[in-house]
Order: sequence, then structure tokens, then C-alpha cells
Amino acid sequence: MTKREALDSLEQVAGNGLLHRRLFLRGGAGALAGATLLSARAAPPETPSTMKTPGTPMRAYGERSPREASVQRAVGATPGAAGTGSSRTPLESLEGIITPSSLHFERHHNGVPDIDPEQHQVLIHGLVERPLIFSMAALARYPMVSRIQFLECSGNSAGNNNAEAPQQTAGGIHGLVSCSDWAGVPLAVLLDEAGVKPEGKWLLAEGADAAGMSRSVPMAKAMDDAILALYQNGERIRPEQGYPVRLFLPGYEGNMNVKWLRRIKVTAEPTMTKDETSKYSDLQPNGRSLLFTFPMEVKSVITSPSGMQNMQGPGLYQVSGVAWSGFGRIRRVEVSADGGKTFAEAALDGPVLPQALTRFRMPWRWDGAPSVLMSRAVDETGAVQPTRAALIATRGTAFRYHYNAIQSWSVAQGGAVSNFYV
Amino acid sequence: MLVVAALGAAWIQVAAAQEGPGLGVPATPEQVAGWDDSIGPDGANLPRGSGTAAAGKIVYEGKCLACHGVEGAGRPNDQLVGGQGTLKDAAPIRTIGSYWPYATTVFDYVRRAMPYVAPHSLTADETYAVTAYLLALNGVIAQDAVMDATSLPKVVMPNRANFDSAYREPRRR
Repeated sequence: MTKREALDSLEQVAGNGLLHRRLFLRGGAGALAGATLLSARAAPPETPSTMKTPGTPMRAYGERSPREASVQRAVGATPGAAGTGSSRTPLESLEGIITPSSLHFERHHNGVPDIDPEQHQVLIHGLVERPLIFSMAALARYPMVSRIQFLECSGNSAGNNNAEAPQQTAGGIHGLVSCSDWAGVPLAVLLDEAGVKPEGKWLLAEGADAAGMSRSVPMAKAMDDAILALYQNGERIRPEQGYPVRLFLPGYEGNMNVKWLRRIKVTAEPTMTKDETSKYSDLQPNGRSLLFTFPMEVKSVITSPSGMQNMQGPGLYQVSGVAWSGFGRIRRVEVSADGGKTFAEAALDGPVLPQALTRFRMPWRWDGAPSVLMSRAVDETGAVQPTRAALIATRGTAFRYHYNAIQSWSVAQGGAVSNFYV
Repeated sequence: MLVVAALGAAWIQVAAAQEGPGLGVPATPEQVAGWDDSIGPDGANLPRGSGTAAAGKIVYEGKCLACHGVEGAGRPNDQLVGGQGTLKDAAPIRTIGSYWPYATTVFDYVRRAMPYVAPHSLTADETYAVTAYLLALNGVIAQDAVMDATSLPKVVMPNRANFDSAYREPRRR
């Protein structure tokens, strides 16, 4: 069988060249060896220079290759306020599900404080039997848990609510989501030590930054799976992620995961802070607003190929991206190459973890004609990622937070990939 | 453990598997008072002091205007005044007057986070005054109204009735 016959014999599972996901699962691609356009360069005539001299020695703290220096967060600050704004994870440059700590998105409201862990303390007070102060050294003695979980700013992807599709990369549009291995002390253990009174149904978490960031959190969440995170991807959390300690609330909107945590006040009712009333609330078309829309909804985005990239001619590609849901595990991701007329189920890299990025993959034979790629995620509660039209039909175009509609990428004749509204 | 078991499976796992070493140090009432500056809608923790719009105008023009514009008109940063009646528009304008549900939030936020270059630098009187100025500019209180720990929690914001909570307590198993 020739390579062309091998390609033609592959099982097409949806329109415009989507192939069965097992192609990449069971070595099915072996029949296609050499079929990609990026054929290896001819073997060098000589032994490469790296084999003729000793390499560099060990180093105490590693760095990526300087040849990867162009992979950067996209930084956007508020005018006149360099410490307020966000930087976005370059999703299109990453693989797997873990975001390197140096590329985890940032969202600050008055800069990153420089905190001495020897001086920093966390106070738990309010409706408790015993107000308590915890030093960082004390917290490090407590039992910890570690989990791989995403964190997403609820303002992520809001650019796609604009009338014109923003022409940016996947990270430029959706890069306010990242995924790390977070380790820390279950908040329930500390609250139990302080003794929460029966009327303590909420708590206020406050940061030690110059914005004094503060948010109200339901006691049920605090007692369920909240942690005071001390570690991110194995090392102490980065200053821009809340060093030396942040609140981490799996699946909840990023702003609630208060960084540089200094105080937890147990309350009967929400404190109604600026960020939970005037900012991270959801104005609806009828003029009414929703407070406390905490979990981030099911969502996915194709990262390869994606906006501002270029295809390298017709042939076999692996469409790949990430999916996540604040409500639990991703159940499945479906991919379309014909603008949503037909979908086929993508392969998921395992293990599929709750409230974690989940990598999906789908073989696609691009014939060189204009195409529209989409991904649609479904979570374990059965929630289906909506189309952009459906989301706007229910929520209007003035909302700022919790945009989770399907992302469509247009692939033009010639291979230019761009953001596209179906 | 029977009591704990009634409260939910996830909580049991944590409580059963993990017992803390008990290293929290008791905090004195004085320590708590020094740390606790958050203000809820009941205004319970508001400090002594007071201010009026006239006094607040002086504070605002000296320390706020460069970022928030003349009389809170906005630019380069958030617009603070106006926008009432725009919340159903295609481009709603969310300000203290048109959107914020609680007046206590203005005091709390100004005290903890403003002015941007020097948070925690205003006195209690200055904070009450600039809060009064912004509420008066929005037509929420009278120009001569005095804002203090008693009057501020009683201010009813124009958009107060248009907020609903999306949060539901999980059902206990």
C-alpha cells in the first residue's frame, strides 16, 4: 500500500477530513511515516559539534533553553498603573496540561508585594471559638494535600464578546487559564482548630497586597476542598501567585483565590466587597445582576492549530487543545472541521482529573481548502459548552465574566489561522 | 464523628484523615481589632469619624482626580459618577451611582485600596468625606449629608434591589 492509499483508507469520522481518534492511539500513524510535509532534513555529513566538546556543567537552579525565550506571557496593564492588569499564558506554545510556573497567568490589582515569610502570618477570626494566628513555619507543619487543578480568571475570553472577533493568539484570547500542581493545608483543618460557630456561613479572605484584595467565600466550599496553597508545581508558590500563601478554591473563579493571604474572617453573611459586587458580578440583559457565580463553566479551546498560526500545506495534522470545567471532570470533547455541521469525539490524555485542564487530540487530514475548526466540551455533570450565538442569546453582549462559548478558528486557503465567529 | 459524618462526604475525608498539630497561636482582641478593617453592609466595624461632600471634594481633587477625572467622570481609570438608567443598554455604564449595591463598600474599598499610589494613607474623616462626595455627586445623598458609622449603613443605593445571589448551599447528604 502506498502512503497515499494508506491515508485514503483511514476512517473518516466527521466532515472535512476528521479521522478516528485511534489513529494516534495505537500506532496507526505508522502507516503514514513520511507523509507529513515537515520531512527531516538530510542527515548532516559530519558529527555535530555538540558531540565533539564537553557540555556545560550542572547548575543549582535550571532555566529553559535560551532558544525558547520567545515563549512569553502577554502582559497588559491598566494605563498609569503598571501593577494592575493581567498577563496571559501562551496556550498555543504549550503541551500537556501543566502550566510552567513562569508562564502561569497573572491578574493583580495593585502589583506583586514582596513578602518576608518569616514575618507573614494568617489570622483566623470572626465567628470562631478561638481566634488564631498561624505563622508560615506553623502552616508548613500541617498535613497537606496536592492536586492538579486549573485556575481561571472569570474575565477570561471576554474579548470574544466583542462585535468583531479579536485577531489574537489562543493565549491572547483565552490565556487567563493555567493549570498547576497545588499543594497546601486543607482550610477545614485550620477552621476546625479555630472552632467555627454555627452561624458562621461565610468567610472573608483578605490579601496583604496594596489592593487589600478581599472576597467572600461560602463556608461549605471552605470546608469541602479549599486549601491554603504553599506550593505550586513542587516549589513554593511564585510571588505573582501569592507567595508565601494563597487561598485555592478548586473550580471557583480566579479572583476568589486570594493571594498573599493574611486574614480569614468567619461571618454570617457575605461582606459585599468591591470585587464581588461592582466587578465580578454578572449584569444580565434585563438589567438585573447575579452575585456569587462562583464555579467556572465547562470550556475548551483548540490550541494547535490556533489564531495567528499558519498551516504548512495540506496533509495530516493533530488538532490538539485543552478542556476544563469547574464542576468536575471533562467527560468528552468533540471536534468539528466543518464549522459545526459535524462533530467527532476526540481522544483525551489520561488520567482525566476533576477541575483540571484535560488535553484532547484529534487527527485531521487538511485538504488545503478553507475550513473552520471548533471544539465542544462536555463535563461530568452533562453540561455542554454553548455556541457563541447561544451564549449571547441568553446573556447579551454586555457581560464581562464567565464567557465559555465554543471557539472557532478559521483556516484560510493558504493556511492562515484566525479567530472567527460562526 | 457522627456529627461530622452528617455534614458531607468530602468534609469527613479531611476531618477523619487529617488532624492538625494545633499550632495556631491565640489572637488577643487587640490584635484582631488591629487586623480587622473590613466593613460589611451592616457597617458594624466602621470607625469613629465623619465627613461631608464639601470636605470630600478637597480630598478628591487632591488625591483622586488625576485617575478618576473631574467629578468622577472617569479616565484614565474607572468612571465613578453617572450612568444611571444605562444598565439595559448595549454599553452599560457601571458606576458607584448606577451599579454598586452597598454604600459601605465605597468606604471599605477606598480605605483599603485608594489612593492607588498610597493606600491606607487617608484618615477616617477623609475616607468618610470622599465617600460622601462620591455619593452626593451621584445624587444618592444630599450635598450637606454627614457620613459616619451611623448614617453610612442606612444609605440605600439606587441599584440595590437589582441584585440576586446565584449561590445555593449544597444539599447535605
